[in-house]
Amino acid sequence: MSPSTQTNETTPLWGLAAQFSSTAAIYKAAAKTREAGYRWFDCHVPFPVHGLDKAMGVQFTILPILVFFAGMTGLCVAIFLQVFTNSLELNLWAIVPVVGYQFEVSGKPLVSAPAFVPVAFELTVLFSALATVSLMLVLNKLPCLYHPVLKSPKMKRITDDRFVLVIEACDPKFARSTAQAFLESLDPERIVELEA
Amino acid sequence: MTQGHSTGDLHLGKLGTSGMMLGALVGFGGLAATLGLDGLGGSGLFWKSYLFGFMVATAICLGALFFVLLQHITKAGWSVTVRRPAEAIAANLQWLWILFIPILVLVWTGKGAVLFEWCNVEYMQSDHVLAGKMGYLNATFWSIRAVVYLGVWALLARFYRTQSVAQDSDGDVRRTMRMQWWAPIGIILYGFTQTFAAVDWIMAIQPKWFSTMFGVYWFAVSCTGFFASIIILITLLRGAGYGKAAFTREHFQDLGKLLFAFGVVFWAYIGYSQYMLIWYANIPIETEWFVPRQLGGWFFVSWLLIVGHFALPFVLLITRWTKRFRNILVLIAIWMLAMFIIDVYWLLMPMVPEVALAEATSWNQLQTAVDAGKVAIGWNPSILNLTALLGMLGLVVCGTFFFLGRASLAPTADPRLSEALAFENF
Repeated sequence: MSPSTQTNETTPLWGLAAQFSSTAAIYKAAAKTREAGYRWFDCHVPFPVHGLDKAMGVQFTILPILVFFAGMTGLCVAIFLQVFTNSLELNLWAIVPVVGYQFEVSGKPLVSAPAFVPVAFELTVLFSALATVSLMLVLNKLPCLYHPVLKSPKMKRITDDRFVLVIEACDPKFARSTAQAFLESLDPERIVELEA
Repeated sequence: MTQGHSTGDLHLGKLGTSGMMLGALVGFGGLAATLGLDGLGGSGLFWKSYLFGFMVATAICLGALFFVLLQHITKAGWSVTVRRPAEAIAANLQWLWILFIPILVLVWTGKGAVLFEWCNVEYMQSDHVLAGKMGYLNATFWSIRAVVYLGVWALLARFYRTQSVAQDSDGDVRRTMRMQWWAPIGIILYGFTQTFAAVDWIMAIQPKWFSTMFGVYWFAVSCTGFFASIIILITLLRGAGYGKAAFTREHFQDLGKLLFAFGVVFWAYIGYSQYMLIWYANIPIETEWFVPRQLGGWFFVSWLLIVGHFALPFVLLITRWTKRFRNILVLIAIWMLAMFIIDVYWLLMPMVPEVALAEATSWNQLQTAVDAGKVAIGWNPSILNLTALLGMLGLVVCGTFFFLGRASLAPTADPRLSEALAFENF
């Protein structure tokens, strides 16, 4: 055993982890933890467990709404860009004449909506796609280079065949003794203290 | 899910019979009214209305056939329960060919010119472009093709319907294998026949005009009609107390997604692609199709389609929540069905005489002539359109309830049934 596996009284407690050996057990434990009023808790499992997010009471993501507005922004940018560059004609500060690329193509008006649609479509898609990926990373707090759960060697089996529920110390309801008693009532294989 | 759920509420008793009777009443009543109002005269208006109704009915059934083939080609598990109602709608293709016989007779008796200008051989020979198309657009070849399309659809619909229903009683997994084996061949046959049928029966109304996108557009149209119809159908079935466990919220959401994808986004994408290329090139032989659609009353119908068939349902269906509540989804589906019917009407009816186009000196001059009533643009909405439409739709409803009543409402012995019952969206 390396010294780091021992709980050091001087390092702050990050959370309490309860380890289970089956999906059914973690599913029930997650539901009970939510019912007990804990909010800052997470489940670490080696593969997706169906229905676990519902048992945990995970809220549906806000991402689609943000992406919708990102897409609309892309649409507006595309329309503005095209109308502005194609039909621009103004005097900046009333002295500098500014004229856009006013090319007449096959007799069409300078502002022709049908011609603007492909660019508008592409920019809508581009903005949506970039917003989806980047906001997904932001909302998931990724990239995450360090996580206390991965620090403890006792947690190694969460990538293999064990299911771990962690109540974080930052939970307003978290108190060392009550949390420990609560986790014990869930009948886990063992309880591990995680340091930050 | 257990078998216990799949026996009780999956057999249409009286509802099947009353649906059939109502459909037959509206169907035969509508067709009789169309004939009667026309005074058995066989006018151009009558035949256009007849073709319009027939194309609406065919589109819905073809969309159903596509859906069934698609589920087998992808070996889909989620859709097993909703596949049976789709099979029942597609099964109408087994008898729908009967309604096409009058049009075949019309063309063969030499009176086809009231519907298709290419039936007028002298007119075709008078124009260099049209003379070159006579090898394709002539009564013999056209009729052979029509028989092939209708035959292929009837056989495909019959095969998938009978195999699936037979599996209910014997539970033979080899039937699923057989249906999957034929699905790629079937979908290729479907693709060719529905494309050429759209070319022959709608695009050829204006023999000079052509669009290579037209078959794809017709595919989008038929998908809109079908997905709207099946959402309405299974909502009705659930409302009447059938298939409570078979048709879940998840199925409604996925059918809503497909309506959004095929009926809203894909439709707009294809419609725009067709328009943009013709608009940009601005060649008279191509623009003659869009000219009447931007004149008079058609101008507003075109805008109604852009807003009502694309913009509005796009915003309504893009969120997950509208698709998950079937009371909201069914309202959108009814709206989309109406838009689909208007779209078919918009495809068939507008027409501007070539002489008027040739004589027009400017767009404004043409517009003034149209507004003054000097140039016809095919804008004559009539009660005949409505009765023919109701007649054809009534017959499809009648046939659908006939097929629904003859078998379980979900394939109870399909090997992937449990997958469909337990299916959940993320």
